[in-house]
Amino acid sequence: MDSKDFIRQMPLHAGSLVAGPTFWQRIHIDVPLMLLLLMLTAYGLIVLFSASGQQWSTLYRQGTFFAIAYAGMLIIAQIKMQMLRRWAPWLFLIGVCMLIAIPFFGTGAKGAKRWLSIAGLPRFQPSEIMKLVVPMAVAWYLAHRTLPPRFKYVCIAMILIFLPAGLIAIQPDLGTAILIASSGLFVLLLAGLSWRYVLAALTLLGASAYPVWVYMLHDYQKGRILTLINPESDKLGSGWNIMQSKTAIGSGGLEGKGWLEGTQSQLNFLPESHTDFIIAVLAEEFGLVGVLILLAIYLCIIARGLMIGLQAQDSFNRLVAGSITLTFFVYVFVNMGMVSGLLPVVGVPLPLVSQGGTSIVTLMAGFGILMAISTESKRITR
Amino acid sequence: MPASILKDTFLESRIYFGRLLLASVIILSLLGVLVGRYSYLQITQHDIYKTQSDRNRVHVQSVPPTRGLIYDRYGKLLAENQPSYTLTLVKERVKDLPQSLSLLQALLTVSDAEIEKFNKRQRSRRPFEGVPLRFRLSEEEIALLAVNRYRLPGVEVKAELVRNYPYGELFAHTVGYVGRINEREQKRIDPVNYAGSHHIGKIGLEKKYQELLHGQVGFENVETDARGRVLRVLERTDPVPGADIQLFIDSKVQEVAYSALLGADGHSRGSLVAIDPKTGGVIAIVSTPSFNPNYFVNGISNKNYSALRDSLDLPLFNRSLQGQYPPGSTVKPIFGLAGLDYGTITPQSVIYDPGWYRLPNDERRYRDWTWAVRRGGHGKKVDLHQAIVESCDTYFYDLAYKLGIDNIHEFGSKFGLGKLSHIDLTSESKGLLPSRQWKRDNYRSPWFPGETLSLGIGQGYMLTTPLQLAISTATIASRGIRMQPRVLKSINGEEQEPVVAEVIELQDEQSWQVTIDGMRDVIHSIKGTARRIGKGAQYKMAGKTGTAQVVGIKQGEKYDEEMVAIRNRDHALFVGFAPLENPQIAIAVIVENAGHGGSKAAPIARKVFDAYLLPRLAKDEKK
Repeated sequence: MDSKDFIRQMPLHAGSLVAGPTFWQRIHIDVPLMLLLLMLTAYGLIVLFSASGQQWSTLYRQGTFFAIAYAGMLIIAQIKMQMLRRWAPWLFLIGVCMLIAIPFFGTGAKGAKRWLSIAGLPRFQPSEIMKLVVPMAVAWYLAHRTLPPRFKYVCIAMILIFLPAGLIAIQPDLGTAILIASSGLFVLLLAGLSWRYVLAALTLLGASAYPVWVYMLHDYQKGRILTLINPESDKLGSGWNIMQSKTAIGSGGLEGKGWLEGTQSQLNFLPESHTDFIIAVLAEEFGLVGVLILLAIYLCIIARGLMIGLQAQDSFNRLVAGSITLTFFVYVFVNMGMVSGLLPVVGVPLPLVSQGGTSIVTLMAGFGILMAISTESKRITR
Repeated sequence: MPASILKDTFLESRIYFGRLLLASVIILSLLGVLVGRYSYLQITQHDIYKTQSDRNRVHVQSVPPTRGLIYDRYGKLLAENQPSYTLTLVKERVKDLPQSLSLLQALLTVSDAEIEKFNKRQRSRRPFEGVPLRFRLSEEEIALLAVNRYRLPGVEVKAELVRNYPYGELFAHTVGYVGRINEREQKRIDPVNYAGSHHIGKIGLEKKYQELLHGQVGFENVETDARGRVLRVLERTDPVPGADIQLFIDSKVQEVAYSALLGADGHSRGSLVAIDPKTGGVIAIVSTPSFNPNYFVNGISNKNYSALRDSLDLPLFNRSLQGQYPPGSTVKPIFGLAGLDYGTITPQSVIYDPGWYRLPNDERRYRDWTWAVRRGGHGKKVDLHQAIVESCDTYFYDLAYKLGIDNIHEFGSKFGLGKLSHIDLTSESKGLLPSRQWKRDNYRSPWFPGETLSLGIGQGYMLTTPLQLAISTATIASRGIRMQPRVLKSINGEEQEPVVAEVIELQDEQSWQVTIDGMRDVIHSIKGTARRIGKGAQYKMAGKTGTAQVVGIKQGEKYDEEMVAIRNRDHALFVGFAPLENPQIAIAVIVENAGHGGSKAAPIARKVFDAYLLPRLAKDEKK
């Protein structure tokens, strides 16, 4: 486009209208996304207060995490995507190394080692970082190839996805592994992976279901899947959680029992009410209306994320933005599906509502990347 | 970007757009699945889950009613409810039962026997119900438990009302006692009404009037959290407390009777029953030795129980109702009445008493009791009056022979002999008034005339309970109106109507007077067998002594009190009523193995007469 043509169309004295970036653009903030996130944060804190048994201390902790997370998001939003793209392979390598180190140096609870302590750094979960690093690494790999990717590239991308996902799955942390695998696969799909591969993969998946069931799943993981099929079979064991959460959700009805009035959650019948099962508290106290409001906020965030992806100018940005947004949706769907008894219980929190600092920081970092991408697109448009 | 790669940006963004569009469709449809799922749970199945969540939190708890109190006729408490603190364990909430128990043993004194009992109680408990381990905790023990509460999940201190019998031994057989519901009773009782109750009447009035005293259970809907802790009461139906009952028993008279019967050494065995001839109300009813009913309320220890059970004195045995004794001479007035009524004798007819009696065509001599003391019997002309006053056996051998077994049985039955009295107490014995039929059924042999003679002086097969003797005496006192004996006077202040068991009509009403005159002179004449108790009395009495053989004495053998082992000695008996003109109290006394009725049993009756009548007479005088 010739710049003279452009100028010719502009009215005189219109300079002030196209004058430089706005304040929000200057600090790299996507206003609609920011507003939606703040709404979700507020809603989440209200529910968490009730779910934690009305403990202010829990609320303060979560608030602190949010403060850190928002700060982190702002910082990441300032990073140039070009830089992130250059770091992606190195971050990936470091991440994989840490995952390999976990069985030897890691710590954890309930038979699952997920944490790594490195001197001078706070204890952290390498798997959390990988949630962002894996899609970036796959996007980095695919972005400078011709798309749709050829078979060879697909194979290498698959290694980039399933090496970390596999390492995480054997920790074992099935929930995170699923999230990471899907974030990587989303990149592949968005890059234009041929449907033939998708079909072949699905067939392979079906065929491997049996060996996976027999050799790879831990007993508690099998139990969770069996429970899903028939929750009545184990009322006091793994079925208990699902029975109680379904009871909480169902008893909430259309309008809910009222804030702090949910008997299932306030009287401790609902296990894990402030972490993975928090949607049950929301459903019980705010009813279907509350659930729909939450879904609406999520939907708007996802829509905004996809829009940012669409506006992105370069493959890497596009792929990363799309993957982050779609993974966010996976969070929502898996969590709400498992709590309502549609899916087996895997440890996936309700994004930005469940208690837990690590997942909040990671999610907000993802949104920071989205904002960086959005800022870049706007600059280029201008 | 490496320059060697040629990228088709337009194609790429077109693919990307297509894929995002597809993703959006999938996202929207999956969100639709979620909305559908939540709508299904929250709208379609709302009612089911609402019920389920209520069932989670709302529990029905029973509120046991307070047991009714038992008063004597002047309002003195004979059975009360005292607050008591009990240590209970809820098995479902105890993490490690053996560990908790050993910790409790370290904190308080909990004996192994108590733990054994506790394990036994576990079997008959309902789910989530606390099972008691220790009763009657002291303040100090409660404080200790409170301090260590955090180490003892599922351990609770419960305040409950526990039955207490302030008079102890005095009313053990009559009021009875309550005890913890056992497995057998658990099957019998109404599970709803007894949902919160732990005690049930085991013997005596507590058993007889169990339903009345127990009341109606109440209910509470309570909200509990997941750990079963009660947070608040949502709804409450109050229990209906058990009825308070008042007895005819006069605890002062009972006390006098009890100590008099126990005697100076405090070891005498016997029974005393005093009833009001007008109403049948039981004024005092004592069986010695007795026991402390309070031991039974929360389970008696094995040691204490075997001591009671194995004692030769049989303290658990209620002699007044279950003790069956030969009545001896105390039945003579009734048989005299029978003679008059059947026309066998007249008040004027006399016999010759050589000191023994012999059936026609029989060598065997039936001795009079005087034979052991002196020869010559009661004299050449003994009439009914003298026969009663001096308790002439020969007269009654003759009378019985002439009356015959059938008449004796028929007439004696009218006085309640050999029949259940249907008193409102538990486990009453029937006694035995023999008949031809009975002999055939039990011995497969006919009735022999000699057996009639033994019967004439209240020996042989005949057996009576002290209660039956008191009733028959009261029937004489009221001249033929036999009342059904009763302990219960009123329920919640409502007086119960007396029940007439039988009205005896004689051919000649004058016969009552003749007999009663004889009984009067047993006490108030120089030759009366109980003359010593008449001394210094402010009122006139009527009575009859008895001395009942425990072992038979062979023909020609001399009876020597010294030689006979203590437990084979004669029982001392006395029946009587007072005041003579307007009988207010009729008594039967038996002192086991004490010897003569006149010297051993009659003085006890006098004390009880005094205790009951003197305050009343004083009151009448004031008026």
